[in-house]
Amino acid sequence: MIPDHLTILVVIIPMLGAYTTLLAGWVKRRFCFPIAMVTICIQFCISLMLLYQVMKTGPLHYNLGNWLPPWGIEYVIDPLNGFVLVVLLFLSLLCCMYSRRCIVDEIEEKKIVGFYTVFLLLIAGVCGIAVTGDLFNLYVFLEISSLAAYALVASGREKKAIFASFNYLIMGSVSACFILIGIGYLYIATGTLNMADLARLLPPLYGSTIIQCAFIFFIVGLSIKTALFPLHLWLPDAYSYAPSAVSALIATVMSKVGVYALIRILFTVFTPAFIIMEIPVMELFCWIAAIAIIVGSVLAITQTDLKRMLAYSSVSQMGYIILAIGIANSAAMTGGILYILSDAVMKGCLFMVAGAFIYSTGFRTIEDLKGISRTMPLTAVAFFIATASMIGLPPTVGFMSKWFIALGALESGQWFFVVIILAGSLLTAIYSWRVIEYMYFRDPDMAHQAAVAGANDPPASMLIPILVLASACILCGIFVTIPLEVIEPSVTRLLGGT
Amino acid sequence: MIETFFQSFFLRYNFYMAVIIMLIGLYAMIAKSNLIKKIIGLNIFQTAIFLFYISSSEVTGGTAPILMSDPGTVYVNPLPHVLILTAIVVAVSTTAVGLALIIRIYETYGTIEEDELLVQEEKT
Amino acid sequence: MKQDVVIRTVCRLIVPFIQIFALYVIIHGASGAGGGFQGGVIFASSFILIGIAFGLSDARQRISEKANTLLSCTGLYLYAGIGVLCIVFGGNFLGYSFIPLPLDSAATRGLMAEIVEIGIGITVMAVMTSIFYDIAVKEDM
Repeated sequence: MIPDHLTILVVIIPMLGAYTTLLAGWVKRRFCFPIAMVTICIQFCISLMLLYQVMKTGPLHYNLGNWLPPWGIEYVIDPLNGFVLVVLLFLSLLCCMYSRRCIVDEIEEKKIVGFYTVFLLLIAGVCGIAVTGDLFNLYVFLEISSLAAYALVASGREKKAIFASFNYLIMGSVSACFILIGIGYLYIATGTLNMADLARLLPPLYGSTIIQCAFIFFIVGLSIKTALFPLHLWLPDAYSYAPSAVSALIATVMSKVGVYALIRILFTVFTPAFIIMEIPVMELFCWIAAIAIIVGSVLAITQTDLKRMLAYSSVSQMGYIILAIGIANSAAMTGGILYILSDAVMKGCLFMVAGAFIYSTGFRTIEDLKGISRTMPLTAVAFFIATASMIGLPPTVGFMSKWFIALGALESGQWFFVVIILAGSLLTAIYSWRVIEYMYFRDPDMAHQAAVAGANDPPASMLIPILVLASACILCGIFVTIPLEVIEPSVTRLLGGT
Repeated sequence: MIETFFQSFFLRYNFYMAVIIMLIGLYAMIAKSNLIKKIIGLNIFQTAIFLFYISSSEVTGGTAPILMSDPGTVYVNPLPHVLILTAIVVAVSTTAVGLALIIRIYETYGTIEEDELLVQEEKT
Repeated sequence: MKQDVVIRTVCRLIVPFIQIFALYVIIHGASGAGGGFQGGVIFASSFILIGIAFGLSDARQRISEKANTLLSCTGLYLYAGIGVLCIVFGGNFLGYSFIPLPLDSAATRGLMAEIVEIGIGITVMAVMTSIFYDIAVKEDM
């Protein structure tokens, strides 16, 4: 009986968990963390079961309230969803574990109850986006997760975080409004909100201005949410001033779910026939992505604050995924979806390491970290591995995904973008090598000697997630066939329309 | 030329007004430096979208979609109304979060004018 | 303003009517114009009116922040409880007609939708009131 309902339970459980956390925090504050942890653990198990079932029996469909689609809301899980859901929940699990000790310094004690409540609400929203097959439902969950993200960014003690969060709120709400207008246009033109139904009804209307307008609104809205290059301005402040656990969460979970929504709308709602044949948007995507890769990396080089550097590097990493979407052949898409996994793993690891440095020493700027590897060896090693993955050195997962994207670019004869990918890797190497050099090969400044010498690897609850992610960077690279087994059928499904 | 423009304007009055209101909201968000005015601009922007949706559900001669005993009754399309109700809830929550943030900004910086805030940010 | 007799008297008179109207709107959510959200907001507005006219401490005496938390959780649990009950009886989430009541399918749906609306109404009322408390509390200090 239960297996049929896992699709809905993955959304309901975190919502119930959030409110249970609120009630439990009322009784005793330290009950909050275990409840949040258990909730996310259950969800992670559910997502694994869902993925297994999807791979075995094909896509799962679930009709809410027994209303048949297209009238009712339908939840659909296909290989792409299943994969993204597992990645998201894996990262949320580790972030939750990491947050326990990390937020002690960064968040006032009375806010901890609210922190875990909002944390779970964010995860509920994100899971909702991943499982839904209904456009309006997607909008609602997007807003649930975004609102939770605004609150989380502002939850810390850092003064500037509040203003950063406000900018994020304005940008995020405008983007959500654009998505809402897009949904409205599609609904007026077709009279349905179900994604599969839309894909069926849209082809005769491809020439119409309404559909093209709706498409542009979707693209702009989702580009703001995913912080695609010219629309990334909210991102650096929000990522760098948020508490470290929150940075790790939104840099991985929120941005990846935005990419997922973009892929879903481009390829499932507007099928490749539209985006490749009707509007030359893929070309545009490639160029914007190329600019994003280069500019993001160059801006990252100029930063002195470690978290801010990572935030700009997120902008450039997002460029790779968009580039893969823009090239849109099967090799590139495989690389792009694999990049969702690899970017989540390595960015999560890097932000957690940056948080661990702040936790142990209080240093935020890169120059202060001279010689830190001697007293925090494990953290430094994790940073090195994640950086290697971000540069794209074999055998890491970052290498595999860049390899596939480059392969896709070659297959479609776009040599220029191969050059861009290599140049991006080079720039990544420049800005991240600087940090590694400071950590391993420099002696600490006089002023910071005592602090560096007194630093230690962070407590186990913070170290374990860091090491798990660092080893995931390598393991996913070596055993890349396991994720590919899931990614390949999803790419075939996405590109199947052509 | 101008006559056809007027004709189309008054035929689709609601939709044109929705666009105009939307632009007013966008202008307020970009040009006003007071954060509360920015939030008001955001609200105006969202309201324009609500107007757009509700206008789209209009059916000539239709009545409110509450079941009548007369089977020949024409109803307007209820779905956009329901969607917009949800969107209003979202808008209310966004406004609440925005106002809460503004209160905290005022507590920490002592001002809610954006240019003064930016000057203070530069200093630190 | 707190001393203004007219405002205090009018508030005292009007609050019960607002609340009755809110309950009416909530209860008619399934069969007519209305619903949990609208009713909840109207109900919350009555507390906000009390807060404005008599001061926050007076409003807090009528409905405290703890009560708000508890009520918002209750509403959500009511909603989710009905949904899970449907799963238990073999339907999908919120598949009301699967709940075995001695009524026909449409009546069961209506009844269950009503309960869900009441849950939504309670939550919205509590959340709106607590938003008001949280934003207005700074004025008091």
